[in-house]
Amino acid sequence: MPRTIIDFWVGLFVIAGIGALLILGLKVGNLTSYNTGESYTLTGNFENIGGLKIRAPVKSSGVVVGRVTDIQFSLETYDALVTMAINTHYRFPKDTFASILTSGLLGEQYIGLSPGGDDEMLAEGDKIMKTNSAMVLEEMIGRFLFDKAAED
Amino acid sequence: MPKRIITSIQAIGHRVIDSIWRLGRAARFFALVLLKSTTSFLRFSLVIREIYFVGVLSLIIILVSGLFVGMVLGLQGYETLQKYGSESAVGTLVALSLVRELGPVMAALLFASRAGSAITAEIGLMKATEQLSAMAMMAVDPVARVVAPRFWAGVISMPLLAALFSVLGVFGGYLVTVIFIGVDEGSFWSSMQNAVDFRYDIVNGVIKSCFFGVAVTAIAVFEGFDAPPTAEGVSGATTRTVVTSALAILGLDFVLTSFMFRGVD
Repeated sequence: MPRTIIDFWVGLFVIAGIGALLILGLKVGNLTSYNTGESYTLTGNFENIGGLKIRAPVKSSGVVVGRVTDIQFSLETYDALVTMAINTHYRFPKDTFASILTSGLLGEQYIGLSPGGDDEMLAEGDKIMKTNSAMVLEEMIGRFLFDKAAED
Repeated sequence: MPKRIITSIQAIGHRVIDSIWRLGRAARFFALVLLKSTTSFLRFSLVIREIYFVGVLSLIIILVSGLFVGMVLGLQGYETLQKYGSESAVGTLVALSLVRELGPVMAALLFASRAGSAITAEIGLMKATEQLSAMAMMAVDPVARVVAPRFWAGVISMPLLAALFSVLGVFGGYLVTVIFIGVDEGSFWSSMQNAVDFRYDIVNGVIKSCFFGVAVTAIAVFEGFDAPPTAEGVSGATTRTVVTSALAILGLDFVLTSFMFRGVD
C-alpha cells in the first residue's frame, strides 16, 4: 500500500483518538465547569458536615458558584473547617448564610449559600460566620421521638 | 515406588525452573526492546506503518463493540434504576463504568485478540522462515527494525482506541436511553458531567490503558520472538499471547484500580 495512504489513515486515527479524549473531557467530564476563571477562597466552621466531600459543589439558588477544596477538623473550635473556592464572578454579602444541604432524598451533599443584606462583601480568605450543619437523619428521628414523648 | 516419586518431584522442579527462566528472558527482552527503541523514533515512518496495522485496522471491532457495550449498559442500567425512580442517573452509570473500567479493559482485551495475536504470528513466522536471521546477517538488528516499531505502535494506539471505545459507548448509552426509551436528555448529560471528574476518572482511565498497551504488546512481541520456529510453535505462541495478555490485563486492572480508586480522598 502506498505510503501516503497509510499516513492519511494513521493521521485520521490519531486525530479521532485525540478528539475522543477531548469529547470525554468536555462533554462527559466536568472539564468545562472546572477552573472557569479566577476564584477566591472562603472558609466556614460547621458543627457537623455529614457526608460532605472535597470537590462537592457550592451552590446559590441552585447555581454552582464554586467547589469545596478542603475539609479539616479544627482543634481550636472542635468543629469542621471547610474551605471553598468561589468563582470571582460571584460576590456575596458579609452576612451570607452557608448551610449543608442534600440534593434529593439520597443525593450528594453540597453547600448552599443564601445571601444576606449587608453592604460589605466577602473577600479572599474571609470566614462565613453564619453556618448551618448537615441534616443527620438519626438526630432528626431522635428529636422527633423526644418531642413525641414530651407531648404525651 | 521411591523412584517414581523422585521423578515426579523432578518434573515439578523442571517446570518451575523453566518458567522462571522464561520470565527472566522476557524481562531481558523487554529491556532490550526499550534500549533499541531509538531507531523507531529516528525513523518514525516505521512506527506509523505499524500503527496502521495494529491501530487503524482494529478500529472497526473497537468502535462496534463500544457501541454495543454502551447500548447494553444503558438498557440494563435503565431497567434497574427505574425501579428506584432514578433513571436520570443512567448517564452517570454508563459514563463512569465505561471511562473507569470497561473502556480500557474491553478495548485492551479486543486489542490483544485482534492485534496482539497478529503481531505474534507475524514475528513468529518471520523467525520460522529465517527472515530475522537474514536481517541479522545483513547487520540489520531485527529487534530495532522489526520488534521495537511494533511495540511502540501498540503503546501509542492503545489509549486512543480505549478513548474511542468509551466515547462510542457513551453514545450507545445515549442512543438507547434518550432516543429510544425517552429519558430526559438534559438530566442524562448533567448528571453525567456532575459525576465524572476529569482528573480522577478520565485521566486514570487513560493511565490504565497506557499500562495495558505496554503489557499487551510486550507479551505479543516476546511470544513471537521466542516462538519455536515451526508451524506448531507459531500457533502455540499466538494462543499464549491471547491467554497471557487477557490474564495480565485483568490482573493489572485490579492492581491499578486498587491504587487509583481506594474510596478515600
